[in-house]
Amino acid sequence: MIKRVCVAGAGVIGSLLAGHLAKVAEVSVLVRREEHAQALNEHGLRMSGRADHTGTVLASVDPAELPEPDLVIVACKGTDLGVIADRLAGHFPAATLMTVQNGLGAEDVVGARGAWPLLSSVTFMSGTRHSDTNVEYVLDTATWIGPYRATTPADAHEVADLIVSSGLKAEAFDDLRPAQWSKLIFNATVNAVAALTELPHDFHFAQIDELGDLGLLVRDLVDEGKAAAAAAGIELWEDPWEMNVHATQRGHRHYPSMLEDVEAHRPTEIELITGALVREAARTGVPVPLHTALYRLVRAKEASYSE
Amino acid sequence: MRICVVGCGAVGSLFAANLATLDDVEVWAYDASQAHVDAINANGLRLSGAGEVLSHPRATSDPAELPQCDFGIVATKAMHTDAAIDATAHAFAAGSVATVQNGIGNEEVLARHVERVIRGTTFPAGKILEPGHVQWDVKGDTTLGPFEPKPAAQEEIERLADACTRGGMPTTAVADARGPQWRKVIFNASTNPIGALTGLTHGRVCERPDLRALVSGLVNEGKAVAAAQGIELDSDPEVLIDHAAKPDVAYNHKASMLQDVEARRGTEVDYLNGGIVRFGREHGVPTPLNEAIWALVKGVEQSWQQ
Repeated sequence: MIKRVCVAGAGVIGSLLAGHLAKVAEVSVLVRREEHAQALNEHGLRMSGRADHTGTVLASVDPAELPEPDLVIVACKGTDLGVIADRLAGHFPAATLMTVQNGLGAEDVVGARGAWPLLSSVTFMSGTRHSDTNVEYVLDTATWIGPYRATTPADAHEVADLIVSSGLKAEAFDDLRPAQWSKLIFNATVNAVAALTELPHDFHFAQIDELGDLGLLVRDLVDEGKAAAAAAGIELWEDPWEMNVHATQRGHRHYPSMLEDVEAHRPTEIELITGALVREAARTGVPVPLHTALYRLVRAKEASYSE
Repeated sequence: MRICVVGCGAVGSLFAANLATLDDVEVWAYDASQAHVDAINANGLRLSGAGEVLSHPRATSDPAELPQCDFGIVATKAMHTDAAIDATAHAFAAGSVATVQNGIGNEEVLARHVERVIRGTTFPAGKILEPGHVQWDVKGDTTLGPFEPKPAAQEEIERLADACTRGGMPTTAVADARGPQWRKVIFNASTNPIGALTGLTHGRVCERPDLRALVSGLVNEGKAVAAAQGIELDSDPEVLIDHAAKPDVAYNHKASMLQDVEARRGTEVDYLNGGIVRFGREHGVPTPLNEAIWALVKGVEQSWQQ
């Protein structure tokens, strides 16, 4: 029975989880900045958009000040993962940890800091952060959860049920990798193309009428990803090309996080996403020249900020 | 001899100003910018920098004013070729028309409007400082040759090359001008869009080994497309790329395409990477990296229409 949850990292995803779970569990939040912790303790965490309530949470920058949780959801951005994982090291020995970062490899980054049982997850929900204490719930798509280390499908179900009871969408998988890889390929393609073109994820990404159309590149990138997945023995849960087409037909323009990062001249999650795909492909000997090119271009674009 | 420069931006102005110093050549400058045209007609066309020139070509923005010319030199940005030659073709009813533009495919566009076409590649560069005044950044050579499907006579090409050379723009007439053209297009297509997509100067692109390897990947595709057409490059684009990366050459140079992107102006990518992809298709040579880069830069242009 999960009674206490600690959400580590309160960006958009962490805030949406903490704000909702506060309705059904005792929620603490581990954040990076002292003033963020103070604001959360003082005002709570307001959910707007598709939700309308304020969750009461206990926040701190130091895990020692937080009660021992049953579940820790590591929800920071991939770029903060190392810092947050370091802070968790040595704490909460009885808890199960669940990562929700994009890409591949977050479980291993966290797992290297402690012997906690681990769950994997990927999330498709999205929101807009208006302040430290107010996040708008935008896309009410699901979070998918599966076992990773010393956990069982039943553990994944228990967490999914808890999340669903809080008003968010979630689903448990016996093996998350097919879904995780579908999203990996989708994100590696869409995020990197958006970061380089500064186009939001819109109809251009599915345009395949003429030579030079962006959709043709997107499809080639997806095909490279599929080949890498096949070589890793993964049977994809969803076709990333269809995910792309479907998303561009929703009628609103989505700003992938990597696009927001380059616009704000912040480091992107390219290492955990495209970098992970390129390294996996190298491990299995599958050529992914287009993903490799995009990986190099995005890293170079990040380097240009330091000029 | 009467020559009309069509498109009097930086490169067109270098040709027009230098040719107009010759006594035996009457030079017309056709340009869409009325301010530039008025300044040239009032005070002449001035170059400063690599060479100091003040001369008096006749400028107009009205194609109906153009007399019959022996030669045209088209120097517009590649995406404006069709409109520019459509407006001025009547002046070349008995003449031949050369392109000194970037990219590939410009000759094909000219050939839809005029009878005799000259393939050209030029390396000098500059920028417009103010109407009537152009900064001449680098001197360089120009190569002219026949456009094979609708060629100008070799004797004509030599006459034009001779006039350019005497005017101060060293120009060679050759039987096959595709080598220098493809060397330049491969150089531009392999480096300009990388700068445009990353925001890095030429030198910083080249000092990142992984990015320099991507540049070579693009170069190799371009070389394969040239080879499939039987084109012999006059020298290796890689040499030009490494030379330009040196601190005292163009390390800090922002590629023109990066300048275009920063100013949100349309780029020439359709005629650089897009040209390599189209010619590759025609000759059965795969060009996946050029195709990817082409689509990304087009995506950048599309992002401005949001």
